[in-house]
Amino acid sequence: MKYLLLFATAICFLQACSNKTESKLPILGERAPVEKIVDGKTVVDTIYQTIAPFAYLNQDSVVISDKDFENKIYVTDFFFTACNTICPVMHRNMMEVYKQYKDNPHVKILSHSIDVKYDVPSRLKAYADKLGVESDKWAFVHGSRDSIFNVAAKSYLVAAYEDASDKQGLVHQGWFVLVDTKKRLRGAYDGTKPDQVKLMMADMEKLLKEENLNEK
Amino acid sequence: MRNRIIYILMTITAGAALFQSCSSEQQLDYQRYFVNGKGIYEKNCQNCHGANGEGLGKLYPPLTDTLSLTKNKPALACIIRNGRNEMPANPALAEIDIAQVIVYITNSFGNKQGFYDQERVKGDMEGCK
Repeated sequence: MKYLLLFATAICFLQACSNKTESKLPILGERAPVEKIVDGKTVVDTIYQTIAPFAYLNQDSVVISDKDFENKIYVTDFFFTACNTICPVMHRNMMEVYKQYKDNPHVKILSHSIDVKYDVPSRLKAYADKLGVESDKWAFVHGSRDSIFNVAAKSYLVAAYEDASDKQGLVHQGWFVLVDTKKRLRGAYDGTKPDQVKLMMADMEKLLKEENLNEK
Repeated sequence: MRNRIIYILMTITAGAALFQSCSSEQQLDYQRYFVNGKGIYEKNCQNCHGANGEGLGKLYPPLTDTLSLTKNKPALACIIRNGRNEMPANPALAEIDIAQVIVYITNSFGNKQGFYDQERVKGDMEGCK
């Protein structure tokens, strides 16, 4: 009996310990080891995949670039305004993220239009206005065909391409990709599923804590 | 005298039975339309208009305004078939499909407008521009 009690107490302690250690989000994408010499000793460091520098026009026809995302975490996706399949569902879910972080200056949302011909800034502005969102929090961006499809494939690892056999001519995945302040990929969530988006918001809290970005 | 009473009673019973079966048949039709309409809605409408007919901001209108649905009911079939503004046309939907989805929409999301059959849709479609 005595031992049993001891055992139970030990388990309790163990439980308490494991609760205390906050799990960190994984770092996704490619990585490469590099050897560095620090204080005369060789140390192996890891270089993680980061988002390549970019510059696009947002819905106000203002250039926004990777500089505007410095010291911020952000969520990004690929869509187009005429899309009537997964995009409305994604952006209905993204609205929840927008509402949650509306007043948090450390969080941004970046939506790339893959309809480079049709979605000029004025179209994106009309879309954003009808959705009821502010430019400095949620940017809808227009870029050249190459820049948008390259950043999707190489930086964010999201499939997006033009396909003549598709009814609307454009195909893309519905991922919401979470990027940290060092421009590293920290999560990818199915933006068409409300429970995945809820999970993402929980992960965003973890990331904000890890980055020491408290509100204000 | 007694025969007469029995006769009247029987007539009433028969009438009631007939009425019952009629209304239950319409009830059945309504349910069939509603269930099929739900499937059609989920496949063709839900992405934009939402699972609860809530729409999306000012991009896609909600389907919860029962007054506006009543007022525009004769136009619904045309809008569904031919599209309007951002809304794409649905040439693949037959009149029966349109009737079913109208029954689903006008009896969900807080709407309660009853049955709307295929014949009415046919009539509405003649007025399409």
